[in-house]
Amino acid sequence: MATLPVMTGYLVLGFGFGIILKSSGYGIFLAFCMSLLIYAGSMQYVAIGLLTGGASVLTTALTTLMVNARHLFYGISMLGKYKKIGKSKPYLIFALTDETYSLVCRDHPKIPEEEVGRYCFFVSLFDHAYWVLGSVAGAVVGSLVTFNSEGIDFVLTALFLTVFLEQWLTTKKHTPALIGVGVSVVCLLIFGKDSFLIPAMLLIALLLCLYREEPNHE
Amino acid sequence: MNNSRAWILVAVIVLVTAALRFLPFLIFGGNRKVPRIIDKLGRVLPAAIMGMLVVFCLKDVTVGSYSGWVPAFVGCVAVGVSYVWKRNTLISILLGTLAYMLLVQLVF
Repeated sequence: MATLPVMTGYLVLGFGFGIILKSSGYGIFLAFCMSLLIYAGSMQYVAIGLLTGGASVLTTALTTLMVNARHLFYGISMLGKYKKIGKSKPYLIFALTDETYSLVCRDHPKIPEEEVGRYCFFVSLFDHAYWVLGSVAGAVVGSLVTFNSEGIDFVLTALFLTVFLEQWLTTKKHTPALIGVGVSVVCLLIFGKDSFLIPAMLLIALLLCLYREEPNHE
Repeated sequence: MNNSRAWILVAVIVLVTAALRFLPFLIFGGNRKVPRIIDKLGRVLPAAIMGMLVVFCLKDVTVGSYSGWVPAFVGCVAVGVSYVWKRNTLISILLGTLAYMLLVQLVF
């Protein structure tokens, strides 16, 4: 039941991913494999751009590194909880997406301690299933129905914008967000739209390492 | 791009993504303490990366003609206003995408 909010989101976003991938000329099987094995929503949308744009292996690896770097930090914060989780631990680590993380990172006062592992396992499994189902359905529908899908890639812009806004609205310290936007715009103007991503990533990482967090007055 | 190349790139993404997810458990699996700089990056990196990704998505916007920026601008405003108002990701994504698609297909 806890996964219901994620279900709608994953079915719809997965569906959108399937449709766009299909309309970019790739098959249903690729949609299935990507959702099953990558299982990282925003990265899969970015991946479509990399595939159609003919990106190199290096660009692909670096882009994945930056887009998914946040997973390192999800992992770090779940170290304690997943410590004594048993056999399902590798799967739980693999399936730790943004949305799943938002469900499993909470405290679960109503669930007895020995059941927490099982709970996290089923949350992860259900979310994974919604995502794969949504993307395959999208790819299938995309191959049956032809409609003017021009502009549907805005789904990704809108998705990132909502995450960005959510982070903005829930924190008082906006310097990191402004560094991200500012550095990217400057690099875009200097390096052009085809090659600004890597310098922007490096510069953002460097600036954030030097950045001193302001004391939190909340 | 041909299909075998697509599969290679997908394999790269699968490996890097899985590596990122497993790495913390491999490195800090014992009782080793998480260094402070990693701890700090964990708090500040997500917001910066999201900002970068928004810019990345809008990289094709041009200011030379109305068709170059108006659809994206209207789409973003629709997402922004509806999100601040309702805080519902799905509604905002649908509204913004619909507005953008209508503009690029019917108006410009």
